[in-house]
Amino acid sequence: MIAPLHIGFIPLVDASALIVAVDKGFTAAEGLDVTLVREVSWSNVRDKLNIGLFDAAHLLAPVAIASSLGLGHVKVPIVAPFNLGLNGNAITVSPALHAAIMSEIDGSAMDPMATAQALARVVASRRKSGADPLTFGMTFPFSTHNYQLRFWMAAGGVDPDEDVHMVVLPPPYMVDSLANGQVDAFCVGAPWNSIAVDLGVGHILHFVSDILVRAAEKVLAVRQSWSEKNPEVLAALIRASARAAEFIEHPENRTEAARILAQPERIGVDAEVIQRTLDGRLKVSPDGARRESSRYLLVAREGAGRPDPAQAAWLYAQMVRWGQTAMRPEALKTAMKVFRPDLYDAALGQQGKATGPSDAIGAFAGPAFDPADIAGHLAAFRIGHWKP
Amino acid sequence: MSAESSPKIVIVDESPIRAAILEEGLREAGFTGVVHIREMQSLLARIYALDPDVILIDLENPSRDVLEQMFQVSRAVKRPIAMFVDQSDAASIQASVDAGVSAYIVDGLKKERIKPILDLCISRFNAFSKLQDELDRTKSALEDRKVIDRAKGILMKVKGLTEDEAYVLMRSTAMREKKKIGEIAQSILTASELLK
Repeated sequence: MIAPLHIGFIPLVDASALIVAVDKGFTAAEGLDVTLVREVSWSNVRDKLNIGLFDAAHLLAPVAIASSLGLGHVKVPIVAPFNLGLNGNAITVSPALHAAIMSEIDGSAMDPMATAQALARVVASRRKSGADPLTFGMTFPFSTHNYQLRFWMAAGGVDPDEDVHMVVLPPPYMVDSLANGQVDAFCVGAPWNSIAVDLGVGHILHFVSDILVRAAEKVLAVRQSWSEKNPEVLAALIRASARAAEFIEHPENRTEAARILAQPERIGVDAEVIQRTLDGRLKVSPDGARRESSRYLLVAREGAGRPDPAQAAWLYAQMVRWGQTAMRPEALKTAMKVFRPDLYDAALGQQGKATGPSDAIGAFAGPAFDPADIAGHLAAFRIGHWKP
Repeated sequence: MSAESSPKIVIVDESPIRAAILEEGLREAGFTGVVHIREMQSLLARIYALDPDVILIDLENPSRDVLEQMFQVSRAVKRPIAMFVDQSDAASIQASVDAGVSAYIVDGLKKERIKPILDLCISRFNAFSKLQDELDRTKSALEDRKVIDRAKGILMKVKGLTEDEAYVLMRSTAMREKKKIGEIAQSILTASELLK
């Protein structure tokens, strides 16, 4: 008999594979007895995973890396044997900032370079007129949201540490903060962008898939020591999650998945809003304009579930670029080893596929990302803390 | 007041009662510079304005992530936060997470000065949750009492029993079905509602 598992999660649509795995009975079918514990902060999830109150967790991919490197908190080696999703975030701006960017834009509003350069002009004219710097909300210092916002604006010439304010906000507070003017924009996962649009307080400016074609978002994280002591339990958990991810990706299952996720003790928002993000068909403007993208959130498609160490390397490179840590070759190695495609392959009985220096990230600016040459990658960007 | 005489402590807690219990304890222990923040809007700006040495926050508070920003070295952060406790001090982390509180220590405060604050914080948080549990138990006991009385009334009327007989019947049924008497009483109320 396997001991009951406690797994922490934050109420976001990218926890869907985990939630559906449990609520649809896929974990029970693997012989697992899982209790999902809804949490209110990433710090809580991290700490409870670290000290063993949680056996596993829905975790920001960069937090898994930061914990393994001892950045920002105690060092606890974490492994991520399953990727809960690729992409899934969006950048939402206030109606005022949206209007300002649109009046400055030279090119398509869908082109992140055009919007970033327009943002740079908005920032410059605000500075000239003595207006306060713009404030951008994101979810955590070690978050994809933080890095995606920074990558985007820096490409247009905006220095995220000098030209604007970057502030951490808990996702449930994002919409209110945008409505009352505390922030001018934010980058967050579903469903919060859609809720801001529905309330008429925000425009979705970009899906993050406009900025990076593939970005590891949340992972199923466990302590490395736990993974070594419980290989079979972990394999069962990976299989149940992979089965749930496949289930969610079938369009005919989406309504049921959205209903499961909408439960008050899970994500706790309207099923229709959740389904929009699963379908990648989002209302992007308060006037009702919609945008559809098959890349908005990838749960199982395109091998999304298989952790890719190149993604971990990219996240580590962002930590270096923005001064969260110094560049150290052994730290890069540690970061890449957090993502464990071998455990994924073993659990699912698959043949591993090699990940080469091919550009797994697909960023809209800069050279193709090569995990073997992070210095070369960073040297291509003018704005950042890292200097060769 | 300088940090050497009494460190400035900020309590971030939306529960006024718990914050008051903690504040009182800290004052009794001689920590005079204690400020309570209840309003989560612009939390970081409020904290920077107070410039505390120690920040205590309850774990039910989503704004805990906002504080994590203070670990970052950036223009916005005046005094970075040090590690919450020693890397080696796993027991302290465990105890504080169990109690439902987290402490952020601004760089420069000595470890031996942090320990009594943290210990006091943990014991007061534990005392508060015990109080909360007792209150919840009392409330649910009162609730059960009401339900049991109404169920007794129904049994007396329908089956022509005395009050004592009605109670004994419910109690023996509860024991046989391995349920609480409150649950049996609730089923009687539900059934009588359905059969109306």
